[in-house]
Amino acid sequence: MDLIFEKSRPGRRAGRVPDYGLPVPEVPAELRRATPPRLPEVAESEIVRHFTALADRTFGIDTGFYPLGSCTMKHNPRVDERVARLPGFRDLHPLQEDDGAQGALEIEWRLQQILAEIAGLPAVTLQPAAGSQGELTGLMLVRAYFDDRGEGDRRDTVVTADTAHGTNPASVTMAGYKLEKVETDARGNLDLADLRAKVDGRTAALMLTNPSTLGLFDEGIEEVARIFHDAGALLYYDGANLNAVVGRSRPGDMGFDIVHFNLHKTFSQPHGGGGPGAGPVAVRADIEPFLPSPQVVRDGGRFRLDHERPKSIGRVRGYSGPFGVFVRSYAFILAYGPALREMSDAAVLNANYVLARLKDVYELPYDRLCMHEFVLSARNLKRDYGITALDVAKRLMDYGIHPPTIYFPLVVPEALMIEPTETEPKERLDAFVDAMRRIAEEAAESPELLREAPHRRPVRRLDEVRAAKQLVVRYLFDDSVGAAPESARADSSARANP
Amino acid sequence: MSAGYLSLTDADREEMLAAIGVSSVDELYEQVPEGVRFTRELDVPPALPEAALVRHLEELAARNVHGGVELSFLGAGIYDHYVPAVVDVLLSRGEFLTAYTPYQPEMSQGVLQAIFEYQTAICELTGMDVSNASGYDGCTVAADACFVAKHASDRSKVVLAETLNPQVRQVVKTYARGFGLEVVEVAHDGGTTDPDRLAAAANDAAAVIFQQPNFLGCLEPAPELARAAAEAGARPVVHVDLVSLGLLEAPGAYGCAMAIGEGQSVGCPPLYGGPHYGFFAAKDEFVRRMPGRIVGETVDTGGERGFVLTLQTREQHIRREKATSNITTNQTLLALAGLVTLAWLGPQGLREVGETCTALAGYAKEQLGLPLAFDRPTFKEFAVRLPLPARDVIREARARGVHPGYPVGRDYPGMDDVLLVALTEKRTPADIDRLAEVLHEVCG
Amino acid sequence: MPAAESYPDDLKYHAEHDWARIESDEATLGITWFAQDGLGELVHFEPPAVGAAVAKDEPYGEVESVKAVSDLVSPLSGEVLEVNEKTVDEPETVNADPYGEGWLIHIRMSDPSEADSLMDAAAYREHVAEQ
Repeated sequence: MDLIFEKSRPGRRAGRVPDYGLPVPEVPAELRRATPPRLPEVAESEIVRHFTALADRTFGIDTGFYPLGSCTMKHNPRVDERVARLPGFRDLHPLQEDDGAQGALEIEWRLQQILAEIAGLPAVTLQPAAGSQGELTGLMLVRAYFDDRGEGDRRDTVVTADTAHGTNPASVTMAGYKLEKVETDARGNLDLADLRAKVDGRTAALMLTNPSTLGLFDEGIEEVARIFHDAGALLYYDGANLNAVVGRSRPGDMGFDIVHFNLHKTFSQPHGGGGPGAGPVAVRADIEPFLPSPQVVRDGGRFRLDHERPKSIGRVRGYSGPFGVFVRSYAFILAYGPALREMSDAAVLNANYVLARLKDVYELPYDRLCMHEFVLSARNLKRDYGITALDVAKRLMDYGIHPPTIYFPLVVPEALMIEPTETEPKERLDAFVDAMRRIAEEAAESPELLREAPHRRPVRRLDEVRAAKQLVVRYLFDDSVGAAPESARADSSARANP
Repeated sequence: MSAGYLSLTDADREEMLAAIGVSSVDELYEQVPEGVRFTRELDVPPALPEAALVRHLEELAARNVHGGVELSFLGAGIYDHYVPAVVDVLLSRGEFLTAYTPYQPEMSQGVLQAIFEYQTAICELTGMDVSNASGYDGCTVAADACFVAKHASDRSKVVLAETLNPQVRQVVKTYARGFGLEVVEVAHDGGTTDPDRLAAAANDAAAVIFQQPNFLGCLEPAPELARAAAEAGARPVVHVDLVSLGLLEAPGAYGCAMAIGEGQSVGCPPLYGGPHYGFFAAKDEFVRRMPGRIVGETVDTGGERGFVLTLQTREQHIRREKATSNITTNQTLLALAGLVTLAWLGPQGLREVGETCTALAGYAKEQLGLPLAFDRPTFKEFAVRLPLPARDVIREARARGVHPGYPVGRDYPGMDDVLLVALTEKRTPADIDRLAEVLHEVCG
Repeated sequence: MPAAESYPDDLKYHAEHDWARIESDEATLGITWFAQDGLGELVHFEPPAVGAAVAKDEPYGEVESVKAVSDLVSPLSGEVLEVNEKTVDEPETVNADPYGEGWLIHIRMSDPSEADSLMDAAAYREHVAEQ
């Protein structure tokens, strides 16, 4: 399908811009643009058709079942979209004086209260833009806490699990800490012996997802917390998998001191093809002074942004956070109220049901009941028929199902990480189970069918090696298809402007 | 009857529990140690059915004084430009709205192609070779640029022009500690940055970041600043308003290494600060250090053109502690809003938006008749000196239904009497006349 | 075209799947068949600078496929004399000929006795079998 740039015709246009007939002041010659940018010149009808065609070539939760492990692809209620677009929110400037933003500040304050209750920790910042920024913010809080106690220079190491999301070690580095990795034991819990050997006076914190990326609740979590707290270190909870335990177990009660939420996972901000998200962070009372500035506070019946926070780590993002996400998540939570626990209960029930119906055809590396997701291995198919997790994933597409997360966590070979979420009806789960079982049969009967899958998508398997070696990351106008990196560079240097 | 958005019936539940071999959901939670189980009900507000929920949020929204209620000239980084109707319609397509990161390209050709087109548009506007699929906002992309420059140079100092948005500077400073960066700021000279002063500070620096048009509304001598930075061996990074790039020169054409910024002014309503999108574009040499997703073109097994996430080995899910950034979720949907808006405007429309805003700003300078704070060319925003503290003027003007702008003294000491006034193509000459009338009334 | 599995007898091997071909006080370094097979088709080789020091058991560069990135661990200490520009330009050369045209760097050893601690081909084959 053509790019919108390939549909461009000189002189065509969609939007009309107001012209009030005023004189236009001259831009100084040395700052003036020499050549217009080659933006598409298209009529509105073709814009609508172009992006409608692109939507048709995209698979969302609205299209079908999307059990992408660790991403919590649940239904996104449309009322949340309606309320996020109310003019009182949409057209509100973030630098509006607090007396003109009382409704927005009240939502932020109420959401802070709700998240504090869910986390079991008293103070919350909404500022971080996504889960990974929440992690980084959390580690900055760890540093500020220890600096304040005069232990900042001594504690230079953060411990993560070998099952951790890649964001955890990446955040550790960005925060300027050294990384220590702890192994997983045979039941899928943190290996306590390995842990004890790696925690000492240099340890600043543990970063842990619980339930883990294996979909298993760490049965030794109380002992884990004791080990870190006895060493004077803090515990950080990666909220990626919170959907398993809302109203069932609170990170603060597990012993965690700092918790981030992924509002786009647990509380249903639509994922938008990759974002936006939000990564609020909840903390213990003695860490509250270090939270980012500004902080939303209530004085009597009024709400305001508090910028006077002398111990704060500072600002991590513009304004008070991704407000539109807060509106959606606040509305989502109010649709459940105190029955929010039923959300997690259904997520866990759905996952265990699918697991129970698949574990005889795919290998289950940790044979336990799971939480909201579980990890199977296609190792048996690889051994018997040369069929990989990737082949299974591609073949699922032909059944109209989005593949699960594959090859993660790294501790499981040929991993298939499956998270059905709570909003799926049993019929969808059964259809998925049937497809997965049928694919296992196909692996034996006609492995080529899997290796060449998908057969029913707009494109076949794509050449990722070529994409990386012959890098084309923008349309090259006169010289597009098959352009080599050399020609990409030649293009940019040969153009007079830019 | 289940709560919220659940689908299972009682009969489903019974059947599923039986298939699992347990008698209750409680049994599934037995792996949670007893000591950390939460047994009471969550203390959160009562559930609301949809109609009541809408009413509750409408009531909260009504407590905000927004652009539809108050005639506003507030900008300072977030601008009330017109968002075309097609944007909301197309972004509401469930396939865009409810997909996630396109890890499986065969399922996601549409969103991958859209990101590729977005990258192209950003490169065209900025004159750069490569753009990522978006960063969080205009603040965090500045921290990203510092990180990239540090690793490309083994230098650990960054220089920020004081005319760079204060929030952007604050975020860079917050990140600096973990990055091991020293942050130096260069004071402005009459509203813009002096190239010599910048050059002196840029010695031993990995990067210099300045803003065009700058936070105070003035047009910086951007080509001179870029040259001064480069001659000192620092990478020139410009924080730029996309709306200005129909009129102003592309940063790549005057020697910038990276062009970054807040994309809100193209495609996103103010929305009390987000979600919007940050953009990050750079010259080829930085491509392997770029943070975030990048979409590349390739072919499928049948030779058809297709798109994939490329150079993923830069990213956290593969490189882990050695990744160039921890970013994963980004702002794709908002970047798509930017792309649709840019297609709707086209090159001519983007230029016209710039011209209309500049013309309105010129008209406003005349009509307000207040002394300009800085004797410099401007784009869509300008600063005036008031006979009273700006905060007091704002309060009084708002009581008359007009928000006159941003009090610069909030971020710049000694400038309590300076007001920053922003114009977009949505304001009219009559709106400006009203602003002038109110300011005359308030200021006497 | 990927090469067939082999571990030449004239090379020394490091447990991190790197090999060294030692000629007097100089050595040529590369990665083994096992390493390139695990990574898949290489798309990038990030070499050290000529003149840089490399240290035994420490990373000196990186190789990447589309799905993985791997540190290059030096089996020996010394100074980089030459980088194989062919593998920089065409990293897939490593997959086609890991012990020949797909060599990575050439060094002058600072401590030739370090070679004694490396594995011979037979020991390395056993090491691979355990993986």
